[in-house]
Amino acid sequence: MKHILVLAPALVALAADPALANRVFVTNEKGNDVTVLDSETFEVLGTYPVGNRPRGITISPDGSELYVCASDDNVVRVFDPETMEELHTLPSGPDPELFVLHPSGNPLYIANEDDNLVTVVDVKTKQVLAEIPVGVEPEGMGVSPDGKIVINTSETTNMAHFIDTESFEIVANVLVDSRPRFAEYNHDGSKLYVSSEIGGTVSVIDPATQEITGKISFEIPGVLPEAIQPVGVRVTNDGSKVFVALGPSNRVAVIDGATDEVKDYLLVGQRVWQMAFTPDEKYLFTTNGNSNDISVIDVAAEEVIRSVPVGQQPWGVVVAPD
Amino acid sequence: MFKGIIGIAVGACALAGPATAQPEMQVIRAAVLRVDEQRLPPISRLDLPPADLGFAGARLAIEDNDTTGRFMGQDFEAVEVKATPATAAAELDKVIAEGIQFVVVMADDATTLALADQAGDRAMLLNAQARGDALRGADCRFNTIHVAPSHAMLADGLAQFLMWKNWPDWLLVPGSHPEDQALAAAYRRAAAKFGARIVEERLFEDTGGARSTDSGHVQVQARMPVFTQRAPDYDVLVAADESDIFAPYLPYLTWDPRPVAGSAGLVPRSWHPAMEAWGATQYQNRFERMANRPIREEDYQAWLAIRIVGEAATRTRSADPAALREFILSDQFDVAGFKGQKLTVRDWDHQLRQPILLTTGLLTTSVSPQDQYLHQTSALDTLGIDRPETECSFPEVQ
Repeated sequence: MKHILVLAPALVALAADPALANRVFVTNEKGNDVTVLDSETFEVLGTYPVGNRPRGITISPDGSELYVCASDDNVVRVFDPETMEELHTLPSGPDPELFVLHPSGNPLYIANEDDNLVTVVDVKTKQVLAEIPVGVEPEGMGVSPDGKIVINTSETTNMAHFIDTESFEIVANVLVDSRPRFAEYNHDGSKLYVSSEIGGTVSVIDPATQEITGKISFEIPGVLPEAIQPVGVRVTNDGSKVFVALGPSNRVAVIDGATDEVKDYLLVGQRVWQMAFTPDEKYLFTTNGNSNDISVIDVAAEEVIRSVPVGQQPWGVVVAPD
Repeated sequence: MFKGIIGIAVGACALAGPATAQPEMQVIRAAVLRVDEQRLPPISRLDLPPADLGFAGARLAIEDNDTTGRFMGQDFEAVEVKATPATAAAELDKVIAEGIQFVVVMADDATTLALADQAGDRAMLLNAQARGDALRGADCRFNTIHVAPSHAMLADGLAQFLMWKNWPDWLLVPGSHPEDQALAAAYRRAAAKFGARIVEERLFEDTGGARSTDSGHVQVQARMPVFTQRAPDYDVLVAADESDIFAPYLPYLTWDPRPVAGSAGLVPRSWHPAMEAWGATQYQNRFERMANRPIREEDYQAWLAIRIVGEAATRTRSADPAALREFILSDQFDVAGFKGQKLTVRDWDHQLRQPILLTTGLLTTSVSPQDQYLHQTSALDTLGIDRPETECSFPEVQ
């Protein structure tokens, strides 16, 4: 641990050695900045302004570009993850909230919450490739592991829209419970998880048939059912564990990826929203919007081991690849 | 009774068919019937009603429903009808004669009740304005869904907050009109329910002069301190001024330095244009872009009423009014309304369960139910008339 601490400021050395820590990037929706942390020491390395109302955040597969939805600026801002200097912006359409990068690193699929559109942007040429009309208040964005299908969830229409990444056409619509927030495939692409904030459930969808094969619901002793609002979803690479952030119930549910049954609820910070694994899946970071911190979950032990104060109303989180 | 509708739906399909990929386009029709009364302008010109009050909310709901409808092969319509209390019944008959079986009603209690009886089993009414408890109690009608919160829900929402704030001693100031008295009764009930004490009730008599004096700073400035003088010790003044005669004059003019709540000051509402939690920012943006003004409670309630019809059509994949009505009244039904939880219909009086916003001029100060108030079924049932106390009995329900 010691040598990591010493090395931490020397970013070039860090990036060169995959065995060392990764950088963790947290958007602070009300603070208009990104907090950068070290994934091994959980030390805050710095806080950087990134534009107005930053929410969705992701990073290119090679770790060279960090993308931030600056919702109130109506652009996606692109940063150098090492220096946090702004490289350029991408046209995003109005009010970008969440996005997903194609597994190849290009293009970027952006949900425009105010405009009932998904905007597709080429991150190299900075050109808008398509604008796809979807349901009311598009929010969650997921992509199939083979990159052929992008999922958008629309919060007031209550659907998961399946978008063909070749034709930019909607090929299927699956009606789910109220206010679908987030869509996440497992890594072999055999299951799609869609969380419904107001419905209080996670729908398990078979992507091949576009049928709902199961619904995960949640019950926490001593917590009002209305407070259980599923938002972010993450699945381990082997598909064995699914983590669901449950919003104002301040819990993350741990689900058996084989049976889709809830195994445990982990107490985290207040209004837990989005989550991200370290590349080795040792840790899972959660953003806690109302307590202004992140929680660190030990994935193997299924335990919360630390909370770290970040900025105002942390929203999204991404960890740099190795 | 539904044959007429099915005929119309099929007719509309044929029309819509060539323009869309889906030949079986279902059409779901509704009406918004707004009954405008002759009344004095509001005390504050900021409260002047816009011409499209309520209609604008319904239009946004039709847009929202249609966006979803594109994927479901469903098309939504809402005809907008303005009426007076004298013409309301005839206008209702007209829309029913067109085959419309969902009517959003924006009227006072008496007109809403009369329209419910007029409609009978020919249409489902969605009450988007009237707040009286009797409409949900002794005068309840099976064909009416109450989207607007009741007086009891609003009073309970405020009472929970005042108790949380540790302000249990109230000076209750009702107006002299019957609707003010009905609201005052809801505050009395809320005080008893949550353990507040009404230290005195002081009637504000509408003598016709107070509101017309001036913009508030000449005669009212002298009148309100005197009116509130020599009250027993109290924590908060609760005004029950449904008629908008005096309450907005009270803040800062009470004899004792006390906060004002109820019809002025901290006001319980179904909605507020500055609400931003639970995804409401996007909703406010959508409305303002469409209507070029901030939203009002009446717009929210009309929006929610049309969304209830839309949600039922989406979930049942049906345009059959009987199927939609049955679904809305079933325990399967819920609708999202930017209030952080699902909104459902109480089976004992057809009141929509919903959180109550406690608002000051510019902001939402709090949202009730307060966390401390628990309920065996739903925390939302701590607001308003609960199952054991209802005076409503539907003939259809055993």
